[in-house]
This record gives sequence, C-alpha cells and structure tokens, in this order.
Amino acid sequence: MMYLDKELSLLNSLNIGEKCVVRGLTSEGKERRRMLDLGLIQNTTVEAALKSPSGDPVAYYIRGALIALRSEDAAKVQVSAL
Amino acid sequence: MGRYEFTVAFAGNPNVGKSTVFNNLTGLNQHTGNWSGKTVSNAFGCMSYKNVSYTLVDLPGTYSLLSGSKEEAVARDYLCFQNPDMVVVVIDATCIERNLNLVLQILEITSRVIVCVNLLDEAQKKSIFVDLDELSRRLGVPVVGSSARSGRGMSELKEMIYNMTVNERKTYVDKITYAPEIEREAEKIFKKIRQKCKDDRIARFLSLRLLENDEEFNKGLKESIGISVEAEVHKKEYKDMIAEKIIITAERIFLSSVKFNNKEYNKRDRKIDRILTSKSTGIPIMLLLFGVIFWITIVGANYPSQWLSSLFENINQFIQSTLTNIGTDNIIVSVICDGVLKTTFWVVSVMLPPMAIFFPLFTILEDFGYLPRIAFNLDKYFKRSGTHGKQALTMCMGFGCNACGVTGCRIIDSPKERLIAIITNALVPCNGRFPSLITLISIFFSASLVFPFNSVFSALLLLAVIVLSVFATLALSKLLSSTLLKSERSSFTLELPPYRAPQIGRVIVHSVKDRIIFVLWRAVAVAMPAGLIIWLLANIYIGDSSLLNYFTASIDGFARIFGLDGVILAAFILGFPANEIVMPIMIMAYTSNSSLMEYDNLMQLHSLFTANGWTIVTALCVLVFFLFHFPCSTTCITIYKETKSIKWTLLAFVLPTILGLTACFLISSISRLILTFAA
Repeated sequence: MMYLDKELSLLNSLNIGEKCVVRGLTSEGKERRRMLDLGLIQNTTVEAALKSPSGDPVAYYIRGALIALRSEDAAKVQVSAL
Repeated sequence: MGRYEFTVAFAGNPNVGKSTVFNNLTGLNQHTGNWSGKTVSNAFGCMSYKNVSYTLVDLPGTYSLLSGSKEEAVARDYLCFQNPDMVVVVIDATCIERNLNLVLQILEITSRVIVCVNLLDEAQKKSIFVDLDELSRRLGVPVVGSSARSGRGMSELKEMIYNMTVNERKTYVDKITYAPEIEREAEKIFKKIRQKCKDDRIARFLSLRLLENDEEFNKGLKESIGISVEAEVHKKEYKDMIAEKIIITAERIFLSSVKFNNKEYNKRDRKIDRILTSKSTGIPIMLLLFGVIFWITIVGANYPSQWLSSLFENINQFIQSTLTNIGTDNIIVSVICDGVLKTTFWVVSVMLPPMAIFFPLFTILEDFGYLPRIAFNLDKYFKRSGTHGKQALTMCMGFGCNACGVTGCRIIDSPKERLIAIITNALVPCNGRFPSLITLISIFFSASLVFPFNSVFSALLLLAVIVLSVFATLALSKLLSSTLLKSERSSFTLELPPYRAPQIGRVIVHSVKDRIIFVLWRAVAVAMPAGLIIWLLANIYIGDSSLLNYFTASIDGFARIFGLDGVILAAFILGFPANEIVMPIMIMAYTSNSSLMEYDNLMQLHSLFTANGWTIVTALCVLVFFLFHFPCSTTCITIYKETKSIKWTLLAFVLPTILGLTACFLISSISRLILTFAA
C-alpha cells in the first residue's frame, strides 16, 4: 500500500463528477462503523455524483450505491486523487 | 393444517422489495408501501406450501447488523436468539455489492439461508447481468432470482424454502477467516461462551462481537442471554479489520458474479436527479408536486363525498322510518340514527374519498423512489434545527399516521435526534386530520370562487398549511435541540435508491383497498362508540340542560380566549381517541342545540357553523388548532412505547397544544384589535 507519495485530502473537497480513493477514516465509534459498513475502506473508489439544492449534503457513488453524506461527515474521510 | 411448523425470517436492505416478496408469499397486502406501513418491528405472516405450514417473520430493513441502530438490533437479536428455522435474505439485483455486506453478516450467524436476488427486471433494463449459479457457489447457499412485483421467481423460492426446511437441504458456507490475531483472540472468547449458545456459528459470531467490544452490544448480550465475557485484548483496529474483511469478501463475490454490459447504466437516474434535486428546480418541483397532489385530492374527493353522503342520508332515513314503523321507541331510533349512524356515516363519507385519493398518489411517489430525495433536499434545514435529515422521512410517514411516524423514528440512530423527531411528529397533519382541514378550507376560504379557481385556491391553502406545519416542526425541533435535548450531532448517511417505474395500477388497487379497510375499521372501532357516547352526553338532561351543554358551557369562556368556543374545544377533547370524529362531534353538539339539520352538502355545514357564531376568524383558529394540538390517544400510547418515558410522552402532548393555543390566541386577539379599530 504505497500511497504516501500522493497528497491526502478530504472527501468533502471533491467536486461533482470527480473520483478519488479512500485512504482512511478519522471518525470513531459507531460513526466509524457506519462508514465502514458503507464500504468506505482503504482503496475504495468514490465519485461525487450529486449536490443537494443547498450544496450540502452531497451524494457519492460508493460501491454501486448512491449515498448522501453531510459535509462534516465527508470531512472525516481521507482520500487521495485517483 | 400442515404437519410441520417452520419459522422463516426475511431480512434485507431497505428498498429491495422485501415486503413485496413477503406479501407475495403470505398473500398479506397490508404493508406493500414502505412509508405508512413501513416495517419497523417484526411483522408476521403465514404461508402454506405442499401441506406444510410456515410462519414468516419480516425483519426491519437494514444495511448492516453491526452499526448500532435500533432496527439493526431488532433484526440481529431475532436472528441470534429467536432461532428461526431459516432465513431468506432479499437483495437488490441492481446493487449487489452493497447488499452482500448484510448477506455475509447473516451467514456468520446461520448457514440456513436462501438468497433471493430481487428486482431482476430492473437489472435487466440496466443491462446488469447476475450469474446466479456463481453467486450461489461463492456464498455456499441456494440463490433464486426474482421480480416479486410480477410474481416471477416466487414458486421457485417456495420450493427452495420447502427443500431447506422439510428435506433439510445442506448448505456449504465457508466461514470468513480474519487476521490470525483476531482468530486467536476470538477463539479464547468462543471457548468461554460456547456452552451458553445454541450452536457454534452463533457462538463464533458473538465472540467476534465481544472482541469488537461495543459497550451497547455487550450490555444487550448480558441482558438477553446472561453472557458477560471481557475480551483479554482490546484493540480499536479489530473493528476495522473485521468490517474491512467482510467488505472485501463482498467485493470479490460481486466481481465474479455480476457483469455490467452498460457502464452508463445509471445515466437516466442521474438525469432525473439533476432535475429533482438541483438548486434551481429541486424545491419548487417538490412544492409543485405536493400542490398538484392536493389539488387532485380536493377536486376528486368532492364527488364521491357528496354521492356517499346522500346515499347514507337515504339509508339513514330508510332505517329511521323502518324502525319507527315496527314500533321502536323514539329514543332508541334517535340513538341509532342521530347518534351512532350519523357519526359513522360522516366518518366514512367525509374521510374516505380524500384518503383514497391522496394515499395512492403519495405511494406512487414513494414507489418511484422520491421520498429519500425529499430528505436529501431538506436536510440542510433539519441540520440547522440540530436534527437529522431522516426526520423528513418520519415526517412524511406522519402525513399517513402519526403513530406510524413515531414508530418510524427508529430509522434515526442518535437517541436525542430520534426523541426530537418523535416529540414533533404530531405537528404534521395525519390521515385523520386532512379531510377536516380540506372541509374547513373549502367551506370557509375558497367557496366564493368558481371552479377551477376554488379548488386551485384550496390546494394552495392546504399546501400553505403543510408548509406551516413543516416550519413548526423545524422551529420546535430547533428549540428542543438547543435546550432540553442538546445532543452531539450524529453522522448522516442516506441512501438514494435507484428510481423505479411505479406500478401505478397495482399501487392504486392496493392503496385504495387499504384505505377503505382502514376507514371502515376506524368507523366501526372508534366512530360508532363515540357516536353513542356523544349522543348520550347531548341527550341526558339534568335540569334543562344536557350533560354536553354543561360541559361545553363550562369551558366556553376559556375557549373564547383562543378564538374557539366551548363546543369546538369539547370536540377536540372528546375526539382524543381519533381526530376523525372531532368534526362530527361539533356537528352533533351544534345540531342538538338548534333544530336538527341535515348536512348532506358542505354549504349546509357552512350555514350550521355560521348559525352557531362562526366567523372566518373562528374557522382559521379551528384550522390552526386542528394542525397543532395534542396527538391522538393511539399516538400517545405509541410515543410512550417508543420512549418508555411518561415525561417525554407528556411533553409530546403539551408542546403542540401550547403551540396551537398560542397561535389561536394571537390570531383572535389581532383580529379583535383590527375589528375594534375598523369600527
């Protein structure tokens, strides 16, 4: 898993239509488990697909499902460019 | 009767058509729709196949068994401790990877599983090819493909259930092997708890959970089967490693058994989403959709309502004259015709048509996959109120029935956000209040206009009323979340399922049938006895005044402070069992005071109310109080069941009442002021 050469950013900074790869989660406890259950584990590709009318939450493609996350939750997912 | 009894549990993610499969097998059609009859506790049904009878248990729809929501706990505890003979896991053919997470978790609890890959027709449309044999080989359990809405695959599923239960067909499920460290530690726990568990598989499942060391789970386990074992080593990484292993296994199985022949398979959905959730069109379209639904409801309900009420009027007269002709006592005739029948007929003729139109329309929206988009569109506002976007969904359920909405709040994981959603649910008007709101609006506010302007105006007013109730919900939620129920924000994850062509014909047939059964049942269970009691109150005299008169007179002064009168307030109090009977109580109280009036059309109702001193301000106050007052008795009981707390139940009773009374007080005071100045 040599990904350290690529810079880490956060999922909520992704623009619609862009893809990225999950590097890690910063959340804890139940919240962390819920994110893992969504399939947000290392090396998972995620695509930002859809903005809600107010711009937050944003819906992402995660393992074939379209999942809406609030900005502050998406900020707990570390990603790097594909 | 069959010779055997087996129990089959049904599990699956939400929105995969699990209830449709369930209903298809049991012939039970009560809860096809997901919103008003959403499966929030275990629903039961029966099936008989080849002379064998089965009990089918419909578990709540969940994505996982392990992330700690209440619904997940219900499903997990059932699978672990209630020993069903086997489990059918229903999965969505268009979203198999996500669904496999749950399948693999369930396979860790039991190997007696059949996987039902539903919505194959939708997958076909999207050129998604599912290799069922490969899936079955990889999972080690039988797999059946189905399109439950058209009934495809149902007989195969029955045969498979029969084979697994009666013929005891074996399955070959490989256990998932975790990292050596986890296996070693889990084994230590396994040895300690093996004796207390039904079988090795469940013991292993519980060992892994104990190793994850989730406080809540440990507590539940101690309470349910008295197991309290501490893992020797606690490492935060274990949880991650276990969850990741399952996800990776799911991914492998998915890649080997599903092929996408069209990479752009969800292009159409995104096009629709761009219209329904975009900044410029998302919310306007939502309002427009609701406006149109209300308009269709109001226009469409008018004719059957009039037809039904004149039909019932004739029936009532016929019964009255027949009873009188055979020499029945006048008082008995009056009890039956003016008391019991009149109230019952009112409930049926006024409540049924709007419900039978509104519900199918709403269910079509749900079937289409629109409701989660409402939550998506509105989440920002709920976030500002310190609550969860899924409250938008429980609010929608509340439009159907507040008691259902309250139970539905289980989909919200955080306890405080859930409590707020429960307490504020009755602020949106339910099923039982809609028709009364429509009646008030059409006789007092839009009657002077001509068709179609009157109905358009009615629909707009009703829309305004709904928007008001949503604002009240948000405001009260904000109040609660910043005072009594300050809570740490919980994470928000909301799946936006693929759009599906709604089965319009089917929805209409089922939904209309459901409404008819619902209304008739309420008419018999609530309106009939209520009609009797109200008649007695209105006709038992002490001195020269009836009991009802004493009651209404004693609260009249108080009620007038709020722009209401004694009769109106009494009707709301006596209507505590069900909001449907509030209007008939008013009518009966007014008609027993004045000479008996017929109310076979809405304009006569208007004259009855104005004859009793109603002005447009009174109507407005009644409208507002209909919207904001204490929840009905069923809802109160449900709130108590869900919160296990008298304090919160009382709060849910008092808060909307205070809100309603305050609003009425302001309306009537301001209008009095204006009138004084005008004069």
